[in-house]
Amino acid sequence: MKNRPRIYLDYSATTPIAQPVLNAMLPFFKDEFGNPSSIHIFGQKAEGALENARNTIASFLNCRSDELIFTSGGTESDNLALRGVALARRKNFGANHILISPVEHHAVSKTAQQLAKIFGFELELLEVDSYGLVSPENLRQKIRHDTALVSIIYANNEIGSINPIPECAKICREFSVPFHSDAVQATAYLPLNVNILNVDLLSIGAHKFYGPKGIGALYVKQHTPILPMQTGGGQEWGIRSGTPNIPYIVGLAEAIKFVENYQNEWIEHLQRLRDELISYVLENIPDSQLTGHPTLRLPNHASFVFDGVDSQKLLMLLDLEGFACSSGSACKTGNPLPSDVLLAMGYSPKLALSSLRVTLGKDTTQEQIERFLTSLEKIIAKIRS
Amino acid sequence: MRKKGTVVIAMSGGVDSSVCAALLVKQGYSVIGMMLKLWSENGHEAENRCCTPDSQRLAKNVAAQLDIPFYIIDAKNDFYDAVVTPFMQDYLAGITPNPCLRCNRNIRWGLLLENAQQIGADFFATGHYAILRHNKAQSVRLFRARDDTKDQSYVLHVLNQRDLEKTLFPIGNYLKSEVRQLAIDFKLPVAVRRDSQDLCFLGGGDYRDFLRRNTQEPFIPGKIIDQHGNVLGEHQGLPFYTIGQRKNLGINSTKPHYVIKKDVLTNSLIVGDKETTLKKEFFVNGVNWINGLPKHSHLRVGVKVRYRAPILNGTIQIYAENQVRVFLDEPYYDITPGQAAVFYQKECCLGGGLITENADSRSEG
Repeated sequence: MKNRPRIYLDYSATTPIAQPVLNAMLPFFKDEFGNPSSIHIFGQKAEGALENARNTIASFLNCRSDELIFTSGGTESDNLALRGVALARRKNFGANHILISPVEHHAVSKTAQQLAKIFGFELELLEVDSYGLVSPENLRQKIRHDTALVSIIYANNEIGSINPIPECAKICREFSVPFHSDAVQATAYLPLNVNILNVDLLSIGAHKFYGPKGIGALYVKQHTPILPMQTGGGQEWGIRSGTPNIPYIVGLAEAIKFVENYQNEWIEHLQRLRDELISYVLENIPDSQLTGHPTLRLPNHASFVFDGVDSQKLLMLLDLEGFACSSGSACKTGNPLPSDVLLAMGYSPKLALSSLRVTLGKDTTQEQIERFLTSLEKIIAKIRS
Repeated sequence: MRKKGTVVIAMSGGVDSSVCAALLVKQGYSVIGMMLKLWSENGHEAENRCCTPDSQRLAKNVAAQLDIPFYIIDAKNDFYDAVVTPFMQDYLAGITPNPCLRCNRNIRWGLLLENAQQIGADFFATGHYAILRHNKAQSVRLFRARDDTKDQSYVLHVLNQRDLEKTLFPIGNYLKSEVRQLAIDFKLPVAVRRDSQDLCFLGGGDYRDFLRRNTQEPFIPGKIIDQHGNVLGEHQGLPFYTIGQRKNLGINSTKPHYVIKKDVLTNSLIVGDKETTLKKEFFVNGVNWINGLPKHSHLRVGVKVRYRAPILNGTIQIYAENQVRVFLDEPYYDITPGQAAVFYQKECCLGGGLITENADSRSEG
């Protein structure tokens, strides 16, 4: 099986590291290996790299550099935002109510569930429409003065739908409730200016946009109440202790530069391929449905359900033909339970187990998509026969 | 694809299936690993004998080392319906099932084989200890493994020609000790696990506790009587006892008593001394003949009445295509309804069926 072709169509799961990103990281493993807390020249060099990286990202997000906290990735950023803010808001204001959408990544939803179960917060879910989108009106109905935190995903990983973040942020602002958004999937393609988004907290993770795995950041607007979840030497303004992972932080910043430079090019290229892919599938594969919004979606993201097709089997057959796809979230293989996201959108459990996510990236070609579509059509016919 | 063809190997993370995978790769097949995710009781997932997250990790490691694709096939619901439900029904109906037979019939050579065929595999391999030989008439015969102590032809007697046609048992000609050595030679990352005859979904627990937790049926106490009708005590519900059981009967007596029969109609447990558990004749229903119905209605055969029983000499009388009466040369103890009787001529497995009390008992599908 060694020489079978491998076509990667799972860029929402992770992306390959870009060469300039890797190049930027390499000196900081061995030559410039210092600890930024040290007084000496090694420390100074490391601190310089750290602050330089912070400035790059701050300018991309249009925030102050001291509003950025480096973390081990999107999951830690989400955890820190939810737990840190919920506990601080309870301590300072007695706020005990958490409001999230039902289409959050597990990094948010499982954290919120733990806050409810173990820490006694009252967890409430917003409603979503059949595209998986929240509505500002619904948020206005559910938000309360004792809401500790609202968290709404910017663009969903499973269905690609893009939520109206600025509109939701405005409502949270009226109620003086901190507003967090998971922008892990959005970073490569959507506006990330925190002043326009008007959020208080924003999570990003480098490996979704050609950076390394294991590094991310949380934007925390000045004066947002937050408790550290990792205590120690007081790094990152005491919010996230631990020696900063300099090579990876440099990689994150370099990946952000890479996004800034090529984003428009990617969007144009991928949106065209994605639209071709979606219309081919809907026209040629019977009983197929697009999940998520047809236009308010990530430009590289196509997701479907196919009536009567077991998605685990579909993924296996696609893989054996050399096509790497996903059923939605990369974290669920081997234990197929219907996706909470699809169930919240009103899909039946059976249909929810027939999902396929195809996510494109900068190296995806027209030819790859054509070959993929030919195989997909054949495989689905085979499964249904 | 290499010219030997594509084979799907059923992997469990254990040493046997891992060595099979390595042998197949070495022999030049295009190998694809598949692992069944079977049903586990809620809260007992980590105790399941063959598909814990730990075994999954082991199987994945082996596949990664061999550089073969590996997929987990979810069979939770299928396994529950085809194996666990009938397992409980059988106990409630007073018989002692062997769920491995149903699993082989419906899950391994059912769902898993279907998956293998669907991806276009030419062959299907498992780590069972048994040997297959193809003859000129293009029929496949099943033989006992070279390692007598590991032979698993007993649980494979449910298979037919269509199942066996494309099946490979790569370690049937090896001793267990040789397989262990091969695992070391191949440097396979398999853990040293004790072999176990426990049922996978009981996870080492007692089936009685399992029944209490998983069935809605009430367990009705009744009388324990001897063959003469003397009441010796009270039982806690017939499903909690098996034929031949001596311990925990709760009888006050100086001499040991053994369960010889479970009478569902009167809800009584019939016990006797060791001698009364011996039987020479019994009926077998739902017989599967691996190579078709034998030509003669009377055959001299070897009979195995339990997985761990020795092969007993006897004669069988075939009085319907799938019904047989067995006459053992010497009486044997604990002939248990619901267990399989499997027939051999020399090393060749002819087939087998389920032991029943009476010739007209329901036959097994």
